[in-house]
Formats: sequence, C-alpha cells, structure tokens
Amino acid sequence: MIRYVIRRLLWACVLFLAITVLTFVMFFVIPVNPAAMVAGKAATPQEIAHVEHLLYLDQPVWKQYLHYLQQLFVHHSLGYSYGTRQSVNSIIGRAAPITASVVIGGAILWMMVAVPVGIYSALRPRSKGDRVAMVSVLAGISAHPVWIGYMLSLIVGYELGLLPIQGYCNLRGASPGQTCGGPIDWFTHMILPWITFAILYSAFYVRMIRSSVMETLNEDYVRTARAKGASERRVITRHVLRNAMLPVVTMLGMDIAVALGGAVFVELVFGFPGLGGTAIQAVNQFDLPTISGTVIFASIMVIMFNLIVDLLYAWIDPRIRLT
Amino acid sequence: MPLLDVIDLKTYFRTDDGVVHAVDGVSFQVEKGQTLAIVGESGSGKSVTCMTIMGLNDRRNTTSEGQALFKDRDLLQLPPDEMRKVRGSEISMIFQDPMTSLNPVYTIGSQLREAVMLHENVSKQVANRRALEMLKAVAIPRAETRLDDYPHQFSGGMRQRVMIAMALINNPDLLIADEPTTALDVTTQAQILKLMNQLRRDFDSAIILVTHDLGVVAETADDVLVMYAAKAAEVGTYEDLFYRPEHPYTWGLLNSLPRLAAEGADLKPIPGTPPSLLRPPSGCRFHLRCPYVFEPCIPEVPELLPVTDDDPDHRVACHLAHDFREREAHDLLHDLMAEQR
Repeated sequence: MIRYVIRRLLWACVLFLAITVLTFVMFFVIPVNPAAMVAGKAATPQEIAHVEHLLYLDQPVWKQYLHYLQQLFVHHSLGYSYGTRQSVNSIIGRAAPITASVVIGGAILWMMVAVPVGIYSALRPRSKGDRVAMVSVLAGISAHPVWIGYMLSLIVGYELGLLPIQGYCNLRGASPGQTCGGPIDWFTHMILPWITFAILYSAFYVRMIRSSVMETLNEDYVRTARAKGASERRVITRHVLRNAMLPVVTMLGMDIAVALGGAVFVELVFGFPGLGGTAIQAVNQFDLPTISGTVIFASIMVIMFNLIVDLLYAWIDPRIRLT
Repeated sequence: MPLLDVIDLKTYFRTDDGVVHAVDGVSFQVEKGQTLAIVGESGSGKSVTCMTIMGLNDRRNTTSEGQALFKDRDLLQLPPDEMRKVRGSEISMIFQDPMTSLNPVYTIGSQLREAVMLHENVSKQVANRRALEMLKAVAIPRAETRLDDYPHQFSGGMRQRVMIAMALINNPDLLIADEPTTALDVTTQAQILKLMNQLRRDFDSAIILVTHDLGVVAETADDVLVMYAAKAAEVGTYEDLFYRPEHPYTWGLLNSLPRLAAEGADLKPIPGTPPSLLRPPSGCRFHLRCPYVFEPCIPEVPELLPVTDDDPDHRVACHLAHDFREREAHDLLHDLMAEQR
C-alpha cells in the first residue's frame, strides 16, 4: 500500500511539471506582447524594452521557463496581474474560497440526493418511483443551469422573498465594502447557488448510481451473499454498495476537481466573484499571469482530487493495491 | 422419509416476450446423506429448479407452484425471513463460476466469518476459528495465512474450495452444487469432486449436483434425474441410468459421450436443439429430436411412470413400450461396450 501511495505521489509531481510547461507555452501562443501590456498604452519603445528586460523576455526561452519555475516553486508566486498589478496569489486567494463554497456544498447536496434516489431506482426498476426519478433526471440534465439559477432567484428570491436574490457573503464576517457576513449570511446566500449547482450533477449521478447498482446486483457474489442467508438490506449495504460506488467515486473526484476551477454559470447568475468569473475576465483582458494562475490552481485541484480518488479507490478495492 | 421431497415443481418467468415455463412439473426426492445428480442440456431447467428450492429467484417476475418439503416444511410457502434463515445454514449452495462468486472487496476470512455470524450469535474470534477449520477441511495450503487474503489472490480451484468451505461452515443438511466443476480444468475438477465426496461423508450432508457432464455423474451420484425442456425425462438410481436407461434422450446423452478408445470415431451429438420454453412443443417435448417418434408422442404428454411394478423408483416419461426400450438400451450399451474395447 505504501509503495502504491509513493508511486501515485511521484506521478502527481510529474503531471504537475507537465502542466507548468503547457501553461508556460500559453504565453507564447497567445499573440500579445506582455511587455506592451504591462508598460501601458502610451509607452515608448524604450520603456517597452525596459519592461521586457524586467520580465526576462529578452532571455532565451529555457531561462524564462526556469525563472517561471523558480517563481512558482521557490517564491510560491503565480506572478502579478497585467491589469490590476495585484499578485495573482491574492486574486486566487479571494476567489477560490467562493468557488469552493459553491462546489463543496453543492457536491454534498447532490450526493445526498443522488445516492438514495439512485439506489431506490435501481432496486425498483420500472416502478412508479423509478419512472418519476428518471423523468426528473431528464429534466435536470436538459434544463440549463443559468435558466435554473435565474428561475430560482426570481421565484424564491424575488417573488417569495425567502432567500437572497444574489450576492456572496463572507463566511468569516463582513469584508470591507460588504454589508453582510458571518456563517448565517453565508449559508442563506449559498442555498440557491447550491441547489442550482446540484441539480445538473444530481441528475447525472442518479443515473450513474442507478446503473452501477443495477449492474452490481447481477454479480455472482451478490447471489452468493443471498445464498448465505444475508438479508436483503445487508446484501445491498454490504455487498452491493461498496462495489457499485467504485465508478461513482472516480467521477465524483473528477467532477469536484474540474468544478473547483470555476463554477462559471452559478457564479455568473448569483454574481459571485469566484474563479470562473476571474478567469473569464482575465481572458478578455489578455491578463496572462491571471489566466495561467487559474489554470495552475485548477490543475493542482485536479491532481489533488485524482490522488484522493486513487487512494480511496485502493482502499475500497483491494485488487488495485497490488498492481 | 426423504430429506427433500419436491412435488410437481413449476417455475414460470414473466418476460417481455411472454411467460417462460422454466420448470414445468418436476418431482424428485433427495435422501439424507445421498447425492442426487440433475442432468440435462443448458436451459433444461436444472439451475432454475435449484434456485427455486433456495428461494433465490427474483420475486418480481417469477411464479412458483408445487411443493418442496424439507424437514416437514414447504420451502415454497415459507415467509421470506424464515427462508433466509434456512439458506446458508440448513441448505447451502455453490455455483458454477468460482472466479466471480466471491466478493472481490472483502477478505476470504471476512466472507467466511459472515456466513457463520449471519446464523449464529457468536463472537468474531469463534467465527474466525470456524473459518480456519473449514479452510483446513477443504485442504487449502497454509490456511492460517490465507484468511486475510482477497479472492483475487486465489486460483479458480482454490476459490471453489473456499466456496465449498463457506457452504459447509454451518453444517447444512443439504448442499446444492450448481455445476461446481464446469468452469475448472479437468484435473482441478477431479480434485473438487473428490473433496465433495469426502466432505459429504464427513459432514453427512446430502448433495444435489447439477451437471451436464455424465462423467461427473458417474463419479458422484447415487440417484439421477434427467431433465429435458423443463420436465423430468427419467429418474432412477445411478445403476438404472447407466445400465438400464429407458428414455431415448438418456440414450442420446450416453451415446454422445466423447470416446477416447474408438479410433477416428466422430462425436455423436443428439441432432437438433432444445425447444423454446416460451412456446414448448406439444406432447412429448423430445418428439422433435427423437428418432423413435410415433403417433402418440405428438399430441399426448407422457407421464413419468415406474418402468416396472417391482422397481417404483426408476421412472420414465416415454410412450414407447417397455420391451422395445429394453431391447434398444441393451443394443446401445452393447455397442458402447464394444467400442470401448
């Protein structure tokens, strides 16, 4: 098991290095002169040349890459935004908790819905309950999250006035310029975004869990468990679920990781200054350090969650541990 | 009184295409400590018969009729929770494919312990001791070290031994083995059969052995039930079936055994394929493939009747006259013997 963990960790490092190469390449692929961006519109050629020197742009490519890596690994710096001159670390540091609030809360919500409904549907295929669940799934997959978000915001927030229409509140208390803050405000402002975010995913996950459980129910070892005299409840909870959850765990890790890079639609509808919005804004302004910063942050999330999934997987399925 | 008395057992599956009569009026008995072999082609209803006795068919689309009397109770009438208590403790079952019959995510020890603890209120230590004893009884080498291993660390033959250990751990009165050696190679097959024979004596359990392999029957069975298309074609002792076979289908089975000695001899399969159980043929279900078919076979379903009055346990479902069948069987066996030499 320990050798397996070490191997996975080494792989994660290799993967991360590969991603830094790719993001670095981005600086050259996008047809913008960074020095001109930084120096401003009215800059003279001399000023631009000076900035080029400051940004190491007059050095050979490999030296630039090493400098980039040095900034990243030694100074843990993702650079400074061309637009606002703020450090990309602080930009991401502000945006990431917002996106994480949406994604992690949403993931908990969607699993709380999808696991029981998926199992119920698998155990009673073609029953009325299953049909209702499957129609809801179809609706959940078909409805666009932006539309769902605006509808919830309109009906629950505006017409009924039950929950805030939009906006994000800091969990740790009001930050300067904000009127709301603290856990209760944070929670009430998160409810609609969570629901919006969870609807699409719970639909996907109900379907996935349903088919995975149905498939596992046909396994020979499930018949063996019944032949041993295990009750139906025990057969499901002990023999079916653990095996049926293998593909679900994989998908869950990937989906959470990808969404942490920016839950764009939900952030857009509810006016959350999260990572998705930050990245889109950066792309519009050719703000390369911010773009590469969000990409690197997202890839760290993907790699980290992949690692967690791999370890979880090995814990669930002993066949993985030895290979 | 027999240990298990199955009377006119019927099992129907509702499918999208119609009702499949998977078992259609089968009767047999299993005596204490004896082995009954159920023989027949794929789809003849052997496995479904066993699954019905175990109460393991999917309730939502299955109907069962008839009786399965086991120790004064009709298994088909037992409420689900009572039947659950019978499974694994009084009647256990092992299956065809040992590679997939064990749960891949639990250790062998944990799966064996579960079998004990489902039926008895004992501590984990006691259950573990029983698990270890059983692994030794089924001759798994270094049993102590293997309890914490996972199924994928065992070979097919070893996994079937584990399945047998799990089935016998609560000392059941009846072990149902559904083609236990089909998925194994020939040498492993022989070892498993030998082990089952030995354990039957040690544990005094009766066995229902489902197989399509007459070689397996010859090595293990006391009694034999030959099934064809969801019905019993012939029932009798092992000697009856091998030395005095009465049903043309049984002859076909015997005649289709591959022969080593006969040089250049082709396989002699029974021509045709088994009929659909969605729309079974009229009369005798074997009439489409039977070389001896005559008028009554097509409209009239033959009853399973004793061959002679003084041997009520050897029964056959065939319209042919007993004298004729006796002559044909004699000739067939004579030819088979001649080929062997």
